[in-house]
Amino acid sequence: MTDLIELKGITHAYATESGPLPVLDALDVGVPEGGFVAFVGPSGCGKSTLTRLIAGLMKPDRGEVRLHGAPVTSPRSTVGMAFQNPVLLEWRSILKNVLLPLEIVPTKLSRLQAEDRARRLLHLVGLEGFEDKRPSELSGGMRQRASLCRALIHNPEVLILDEPFGALDAFTREDLWQTMHALRAEEPFTGVLITHDLRESIYLADRVVVLSARPATVQHIMDLPPGPRVLDDLYTPEAAERLNVLRHQIEVAQGREPAEAAPSLPPGSAAQGMH
Amino acid sequence: MTDAPVPVTAPADVKRPARGRVLRALTGRAVVAPIAAIVVFVVLWEALVWVMGWPNYVMASPSDLPPAYARYWELFIVMGWQTLWRTVVGLVLAVIVGVGIGMVMGFSRTMRDALYPLLVGFNAIPKATVVPIVALLFVGQHDFNTVLIAFMISFFPIAVSVSIGLSTLEPEYRDILRSLGASQATIFWKIALPKTLPEFFGALKVAVTLAFIGTNLMEIVSPHGRGLGALFDSGKTNSDYPLMFAVLIALAVLGIVLYYVVVALEKTFAGWAERAPH
Repeated sequence: MTDLIELKGITHAYATESGPLPVLDALDVGVPEGGFVAFVGPSGCGKSTLTRLIAGLMKPDRGEVRLHGAPVTSPRSTVGMAFQNPVLLEWRSILKNVLLPLEIVPTKLSRLQAEDRARRLLHLVGLEGFEDKRPSELSGGMRQRASLCRALIHNPEVLILDEPFGALDAFTREDLWQTMHALRAEEPFTGVLITHDLRESIYLADRVVVLSARPATVQHIMDLPPGPRVLDDLYTPEAAERLNVLRHQIEVAQGREPAEAAPSLPPGSAAQGMH
Repeated sequence: MTDAPVPVTAPADVKRPARGRVLRALTGRAVVAPIAAIVVFVVLWEALVWVMGWPNYVMASPSDLPPAYARYWELFIVMGWQTLWRTVVGLVLAVIVGVGIGMVMGFSRTMRDALYPLLVGFNAIPKATVVPIVALLFVGQHDFNTVLIAFMISFFPIAVSVSIGLSTLEPEYRDILRSLGASQATIFWKIALPKTLPEFFGALKVAVTLAFIGTNLMEIVSPHGRGLGALFDSGKTNSDYPLMFAVLIALAVLGIVLYYVVVALEKTFAGWAERAPH
């Protein structure tokens, strides 16, 4: 599979009052076309910087982000984004919020076609009947669903999710994971997910990339069998083992455990310490 | 204002005939409560003057006012209009300049740091002291001077609220549009401006009353002034105390009218910010 997104030798530092703060160090990673890659890692390891780089919102000090082989130097309309904060516009209805990107991005859709598409997406995430409501009338999970529809309305090639479910309660989060699989079945996109939640990463992604502590570089890559999943898949011995490996890799990344300690632990002890 | 009757969507309301709705609106809390408060205030005022036995030159009572209005009603209309239009022009200028300064300060950290002390210092100067300076600076330009003072006294809250509204815009709001390649201008029109409107209208309500103070300062102080301030001044010169009080009440009425104009604008343009009561 060819990589739609390629990150090549990305090095970046933020200027702070106490000198430069390196966040990414010679990061090399690719995201295959149609794939869904989750990035996990210790807090503050530069994961969000990564999304801003891929979206073209900023440029790395060194290295290159490539989309279809062409370097990304500025934002492009083929990207959709959703954040932990759903940032819906309070003065617009849910439908008008979802339609917002089409007011910026050139589109071939007529107004009616665009509205149809927005309604279809809202239906897909379970928000039919809420089109004319204001965001303040919706719960946090519903707002995040609307925000996902907005990120997808303009048929983006790349969907960037920066901890989109981080602020939701556990049940709502699991609901939204299933919604993500439903969306993926209907909408072709290449996904980049930033998350703190290891269960989320193995449930949603085809590939999990563990980043090291700041300045981040690739610590570990885990490929997962493709295909839609059900929540029960999270409670199999294989899942427990995967979680255990990832958890271990994060601990190594945090410097709490030496890398030599074997990552292949017996499955029985795996579920502990996951939360 | 949060107590305003919930519009037609209230289920109990839907099936009522239109006449019943109008009657209900007129007898609603939002109308009855303020009128009752005004009536109580007037009665207390009248009673206070009567009980204390104050003569007119100490304090006029509400019952002295109708004769004053009856005698000078033409002056009240002419002067009231002069005061009103200058105040409104001053306010419009304050909105334009205030929003401009607020935008500059809201978008640029450097400009915010640079301008804040200047603005605060300027605002700290009592405008009563500026009035004679302005009057000397532009001798005879009474309309211009009055508008200028009304503007100077009222632009500050607008500038501050707009700058705060813009500078506290969460970066994600910007990123949502910026990641699609939207220009700064588009981000301003689609997100920053509407998001700042509630703060803006809050400041505008303060600015309205301030602008009236500015207009009247100039009208009272400057010789051969016009407007209600000048009418007040002539009442003072002629020891016509009921007239002075009548002017004060007329000013209060103008202030209330303008305030509710702002409230109506706010409901139209920023009504979304008002949450439904739970």
